[in-house]
Amino acid sequence: MLEALQKLNHAFKQRLKALFRVAKSVNKVATLNARQIYILPSRWSLFYLLLLLALLIGAINYTLSLAYAATFLLAALANVAMLHTWRNLAYLEVSINHAKPVFAGDLAEVEVKVRDLKNRSRYAICANFQDERSTTQSINANTSEIFTLPLTTHHRGYLSMPRLRLHTEFPLSLFHAWAVVKTEEKILVYPKPSGDALVIPNGIDPDSKGNQSMLAGDEDFTGHKTYQLGDLPSKVDWKASSKGMGMFSKQYSGEASTSLYFDWAQTTGDTEARIAQLTRWVVDAQAAQLTYGLKLNGQIQFMPNNSNNHYHACLKALATR
Amino acid sequence: MFEGTSDTMTQKTLSSHHLYWLLVSLGSALALHSIHLPIWITVTTAGLGIWRYFIDKKHWALPKLRWLILLTLLICIGLLFSYGSSFGRDASVSLLLIMSGMKLLETKTVRDYILIISIAYFIVASTYVFSQTASTFLLSLIPLTLLTATLVQTSLPQTLNSRLAFKLAGKMLLQSIPLMLVLFVLFPRLPGPIWGISKDAYSGMTGLDDVLELGDVGHLIRNSSVAFRVQFDENIPSANQLYWRGPVLWRQQQNQWLTTESNVPLSHESLMTTGIPIDYTITLEPHNRHWLLLLDMPTKLPDLATLRHDYTAVAKSPVRTRIRYQATSSGQYTLSSELSPQQRKIALAINRDNNLEAISLGQSWAQLPADVIINKALKKFNQEPFVYTLRPPRLSSNAIDDFLFKTQKGFCEHYASSFVFLMRAAGVPARIVTGYQGGEINPNGNYLIVRQSDAHAWAEVWLKNKGWVRIDPTAAVAPERIEQGIEEALTEMDELPIFVRQNATWLKKAYLNWDNINNTWNQWILGYDNKRQLAFLNKLSGEKLSLSDIAISMIVAMLVMMLVTAVLLLTKKQGKPSLVDRQYAQHIKQLSKIGVQPQIGEGSVDFAYRIGQLLPKQAKQAINIATLYNELKYGPLQNNSQMRQSKQLQLLKQMIQTFHRSKA
Repeated sequence: MLEALQKLNHAFKQRLKALFRVAKSVNKVATLNARQIYILPSRWSLFYLLLLLALLIGAINYTLSLAYAATFLLAALANVAMLHTWRNLAYLEVSINHAKPVFAGDLAEVEVKVRDLKNRSRYAICANFQDERSTTQSINANTSEIFTLPLTTHHRGYLSMPRLRLHTEFPLSLFHAWAVVKTEEKILVYPKPSGDALVIPNGIDPDSKGNQSMLAGDEDFTGHKTYQLGDLPSKVDWKASSKGMGMFSKQYSGEASTSLYFDWAQTTGDTEARIAQLTRWVVDAQAAQLTYGLKLNGQIQFMPNNSNNHYHACLKALATR
Repeated sequence: MFEGTSDTMTQKTLSSHHLYWLLVSLGSALALHSIHLPIWITVTTAGLGIWRYFIDKKHWALPKLRWLILLTLLICIGLLFSYGSSFGRDASVSLLLIMSGMKLLETKTVRDYILIISIAYFIVASTYVFSQTASTFLLSLIPLTLLTATLVQTSLPQTLNSRLAFKLAGKMLLQSIPLMLVLFVLFPRLPGPIWGISKDAYSGMTGLDDVLELGDVGHLIRNSSVAFRVQFDENIPSANQLYWRGPVLWRQQQNQWLTTESNVPLSHESLMTTGIPIDYTITLEPHNRHWLLLLDMPTKLPDLATLRHDYTAVAKSPVRTRIRYQATSSGQYTLSSELSPQQRKIALAINRDNNLEAISLGQSWAQLPADVIINKALKKFNQEPFVYTLRPPRLSSNAIDDFLFKTQKGFCEHYASSFVFLMRAAGVPARIVTGYQGGEINPNGNYLIVRQSDAHAWAEVWLKNKGWVRIDPTAAVAPERIEQGIEEALTEMDELPIFVRQNATWLKKAYLNWDNINNTWNQWILGYDNKRQLAFLNKLSGEKLSLSDIAISMIVAMLVMMLVTAVLLLTKKQGKPSLVDRQYAQHIKQLSKIGVQPQIGEGSVDFAYRIGQLLPKQAKQAINIATLYNELKYGPLQNNSQMRQSKQLQLLKQMIQTFHRSKA
């Protein structure tokens, strides 16, 4: 029974939501027009309403003309405050900058740029995604401010950005004006790395016969990398370093470039568990600056590499698989 | 509408700056009340505010609940001590102030702030219970503006600088005035009160009492506050005609004179008038008594008045608000050509135990005709060394004897009471009439100001064929009191309130101007009650309006005014671009000639980098311009002095000029 009621309530809210006009973003930019601004008395206005009532009763009871005047002044002030609140939010341009991909379960930080279009300073503009914490900023006339808005992620893949809500209660906190921006933008959410601290498989590649214990070996010279504290002096390429361009270490590897593959087949469990495990390896390998490849479903998806792009490409592949 | 602002400001704690704003605005509301409340209330409330300041400053903990309860108890005891059991107007305001001070001690969140500001608005408006003068109103605008500015600050996570906050608060209050005026004029006024009003609400009101005890009118004479103002339709009658009739005192009890008992029905006295009727309008200040002062003798009464048998006009309930009434009087009249035996009996009754000397003097005249007796008495006052003074010596229980034969110093009530006593002793029916005499003409507004200091007492004697005739024995001693007002009648010894003294002419002039403003204020703002509203709106519309007509017109006018305000506020033209913007716009205009334009959403610095790619030689210049522009436009204003800013603006101008010159 209760559940049914909750369902009904939810459905009702959805219907209600559908009734409200939202600002749709075109090419990531939306403008809050007069038609998209909604305004209602805030919860604080209850105090104010009680104040006005008390004043009016006092004015009538004691027949005090000035108390009447004060009552009406404060009532008119509320009216003016309502207009100011509305004005504070109307004609803002909202553009959604790209958000950096995050791992599922982490907070995504979406950058939203809000610009004033009416040559007036805007104060205490709050912005938030549905059910998320809001950020408050003031915007100078004709300028824009970046709002960094948190967004909780749950599942890997593309997350459609929920509705963005901009709201304000400036200047008297008596009215709450809000507008909703709907955007087609999606955020890429990487899979959550598995929590099990499974060791990175040591280059197990069933198709390769390489040295399985080789990680960053010292057999083949593969190139230079900038010297880092802890590199063996014997590995420093003094010749290259003497050119005055900084210190370089020679980098060798065994057969890691061909052998360090993370394979779907190496993992166990259901799809999500496998993906989580692969993600764990990719993340750890990148952190250890290893060169790794990724094989999904038996096919080689990514040739071994250790660049940043490679890292993100791997994660994206895992996210969208 | 969607839920989901899990983070509203409810729980958000505000900054120290917010607290300072709140403390200052509350302080100003407190200051407004400090003159009429006991000093310890002001000190305690201020102390609570200062405590809160130190809690914030020194990071003390907010007081624990048990301490707050203890403090509340102490304060309640204090209030009980100050006000006793009569919990009325003063005690309520005191309690409200103290409680807002206590609330400060637990004020942290936005919710607390808005609650306390709402209470403070109420506290400011409650000043009007004590005083409704134009100056009080102007003064009360200070805390109103401060509170509004604080409310503005409360809606911001960081406070604005005070200039901006005041500007915004002031602007919003000014924008509220049109709607306020509409509501003020059209909101149907209801005749109050809704419930009973505590007695102390009228404690400050002074006026004539229905008892005269020798030395009593004196306290009024030292009071320069306005009793009423009179507007005459035609000329203002001469000063010796201006007797404003108040309670008539018939009964003598020791040194007291009292009105007739209400349980003794006396027939209504008859009145015949012959003179030209005088039409006038009186605006009576509240005095918490029934009297409606009218010029001797009223022929046409205001609606709200009834006449007593002795021609004292009274209202149904004590006059507790300023009221206006119109009346007609006539200076030539015959009042009560016949005297009933009952009336004669009361008008001759004297206490024969005391004042034996006066009784025997009166009795020695008893055989003479009435008019001779009157002259004899007046001659006594006139020819013996009687002095008119507001500081008469103390009198014993034989007050009249003392006055007539020993001290011979006194003012109107001494003269009137001893005259009436002598008349009664001599067998002439007589009574004391109290009221006001004269008044001050305000040339600025052509109306008469009658003050409490114009309070007066005179006598009426009943003569055959003439009825009750007014005799003013004070005139026999100090005729100038009647002709020119009280200040003329006194020797310098007597201290009078400054406005009643004649020598301070410039002050008096300023005062008369001020009184004129106050009179207009009283008539149109304070006196705008249900009657006045109806009369005004009837006149305005040319029709007879009902209450519902007014209500409907108020709603219509209110909606229209709200619409007008909305249109004006929301479609306001965009402000002029600032000097900085104009300079930069020039820069962009010049650049567009060579085909470079900022893209939508492109910041000025990004744009400068792009220019740099097109004009590598001027890359640095372009970036410098963009940087300075940004600093001037968005940099923190308070860090830059006005001087420095204008210098930098000059620099920007030069840089832009150099840029475009070297480009060509």
